[in-house]
Amino acid sequence: MNLRALAALTAVPFIACPPLVVPLAAQVTTERILHADHEPGNWLTYSGNYQGHRYSLLDQINTSNVARMKPVWMYQINDLGQFETTPLVVDGILYISEPPSNATALDARTGRPLWMYRRPIPPDVRVCCGQVNRGLAISGDTLYLGTVDAHLIALDARTGHVRWDAVVADYRIGHAITAAPLVVKEKVIVGISGGEYGIRGFLDAYDAETGRRAWRFWTVPGPGEPGHATWAGDSWKTGGAPTWVTGSYDPFLNLLYWGTGNPGPDYNGGPRQGDNLFANSILAIDPDTGKLRWHFQFTPHDVHDWDANHVPVLVDATVRGRARKAVAVANRNSFYYVLDRVTGEFLLGTPFAKQTWAKGLNDRGRPVLLEGKSPSLEGTMVYPGLHGGTNWFSPSYSTQTGLFYVAAREEATSFYLGVPEYYPSNFFSAGGFRGIHGLEPWGAVRALEIATGKQVWEFPLHSPPWSGLLTTAGGMVFGGANEGHFFALNAANGKPLWRFPTGGPIQSNPVSFLSNGKQLISVAAGHALFAFGQ
Amino acid sequence: MRTLAILLWLVLASATQAQPDFDAGQKLFQTHCTVCHGPRGDGGKGTNLAQPRLPRAVDDAALASIIIFGIPGTEMPQTRMTQQQLVNVMAFVRSLGAVPAEPVHGSAQRGEQIYRGKGNCAPCHAIQGRGGTLGPELTDIGMRRGPGYLRESLIDPEAAIPDNFTSYTKVTTLPANFLQVRVMTADGRRYTGARVNEDAFSIQIRDTAGHVESFFKEELQELHKDWGKSPMPSYRELLSAAELDDVVAYLASLRGDR
Repeated sequence: MNLRALAALTAVPFIACPPLVVPLAAQVTTERILHADHEPGNWLTYSGNYQGHRYSLLDQINTSNVARMKPVWMYQINDLGQFETTPLVVDGILYISEPPSNATALDARTGRPLWMYRRPIPPDVRVCCGQVNRGLAISGDTLYLGTVDAHLIALDARTGHVRWDAVVADYRIGHAITAAPLVVKEKVIVGISGGEYGIRGFLDAYDAETGRRAWRFWTVPGPGEPGHATWAGDSWKTGGAPTWVTGSYDPFLNLLYWGTGNPGPDYNGGPRQGDNLFANSILAIDPDTGKLRWHFQFTPHDVHDWDANHVPVLVDATVRGRARKAVAVANRNSFYYVLDRVTGEFLLGTPFAKQTWAKGLNDRGRPVLLEGKSPSLEGTMVYPGLHGGTNWFSPSYSTQTGLFYVAAREEATSFYLGVPEYYPSNFFSAGGFRGIHGLEPWGAVRALEIATGKQVWEFPLHSPPWSGLLTTAGGMVFGGANEGHFFALNAANGKPLWRFPTGGPIQSNPVSFLSNGKQLISVAAGHALFAFGQ
Repeated sequence: MRTLAILLWLVLASATQAQPDFDAGQKLFQTHCTVCHGPRGDGGKGTNLAQPRLPRAVDDAALASIIIFGIPGTEMPQTRMTQQQLVNVMAFVRSLGAVPAEPVHGSAQRGEQIYRGKGNCAPCHAIQGRGGTLGPELTDIGMRRGPGYLRESLIDPEAAIPDNFTSYTKVTTLPANFLQVRVMTADGRRYTGARVNEDAFSIQIRDTAGHVESFFKEELQELHKDWGKSPMPSYRELLSAAELDDVVAYLASLRGDR
């Protein structure tokens, strides 16, 4: 469709307004993403900025007027898979992913599609937890989409046409891509899923222009590589440690920060004695070379499926009396950690949700385990449950309040021990889990002091959430509930200010942007993308 | 065609295999299935297999097809297995929904009279869509629960209040634990009933007359959740031992096939 035809179409429903010619030629340079804070009307990368803050500087909608916020459009998808997208917004256009591995451009003013990319998915694709996609990345006028059949696709942002299609890994043995890629300089960084299929995890970088792989960092080290001795026998070959949530980036240190998932098999650590590096860790990686600078493992020899696949939040803060370049992570194992992001040094760790598996952390951040908390044949009840004190959905850091916000899950499960048996393409889990009879799980949005992890306030939720959080300069935290409410809380004290029942569970991350000069807040709920404004 | 191929495969398997190896099937289930269907097969991320009828697997050919080919468009994956492994795991899956064979002593006919008369069960429980809605629906309770469980539920209703938290669900749409709730509104009105649904901002309850009341939590002065309580009375003193036998026999006869 040419611009003239598009302008003619957009003119039809807006008789009172001059027709807007939507510029379908976004040029998003790394400079723009580096300075995302200079253009809060856009949302240029998964977390809004490289620091993983998911914080919008927009304040048109604020604590005094949010009560008047209402839906301005909805866009419904045609797939019944979980809708987990974080939209990108560039100069009046939203670029979203849809399950299983589709992409759509939407007019920010109306929610009308401008183009659609629909990818046929082979019937034998294996994804442990749903054929989902969490979003796109953009560089220049090219969008990048990971697919559940483990390809990385470059799309023309003007039309959705494929520019290149790179095979990342073999989907037939359990590889998949569900995470939004991250563009850093001339490279596209993409993580892999498949920790429940006995893959050997990695983090990849591809040339943004050509699709050629620039480097691969194996998150399970092979023979002769540092960390290999933490795997018994050949267990490293099926060691998991996937990288299925988008990381963060410090341009000054030139370091990527990326989390890794559980070792395989999940619940039975017998065949993989050792700490199982670099599973359940945060990695600091040079984006130019793929070399590991440092690592920190949150849960050595994990047997509870507590992936460390979280968005690392980069902040400069005074921690324990000293100014630090820090990285903060609220981990699935229910501890909140602050590390020095230059060196990986452990600075502090404290529970942000109920946990019954560790006495605490030692002075190097290693958990001091309680006895009898491993999975067993008869079942072992542990807080947090398998889905953790939090999960993949994003935390938020408000530079206005200086607080770290996390959607927390208060849920125990009983962990069962199973029999590990690896066969390529089969589920490789070795155990299971159940809820606890009579114990109703719940959740909360919690605000933590960034430098201490001390809870400042909480807002209780009826059930353990699957929605990330957005903070704004309007003084609010936006979050979502399984029961369908999208809501705004006062970021300073947690008081509810506004809510809207979307009618479907919210399992995504909100964003904010400008459309025609007006602030909108957008979130995927159920099988629709909502845009709210005034 | 695919189902036919599986059926043929099964016939061949049964010809060469007199008895499935139940223990081997259980081991395979633990390896491949428990992560979604739960260690006892009663559900989790995957569907509840511990029920007498599996809607998608009404016969062995359908069950075999699902195990081997998965269910396209869902999280049920393909799984590679040998014929022997398939037969073994199917035998274990079929056992999950079997109600323990226990003797039933009473008269189902007399039990039905007590159910509708002296026991006064119908105002709270429904069978085939007729009856009350405060407690669990009983149309096929005889297929889902054994006589021992049914007897315990009559004598001590709070011993095992059913809930849907035990079999893990990622998102609970309806909290089916019949939680007894008491509320007082801002203007002093009090309501007691079973929770129908709840979210962070509101709660819906059904009173003993079957009326649904909905409240925003911010409008309530009091909200009490009586965990472990059941509105159902104990029939230990209300019915004789013989009458209890009769009611158990009646409930055990309810198999959803009328």
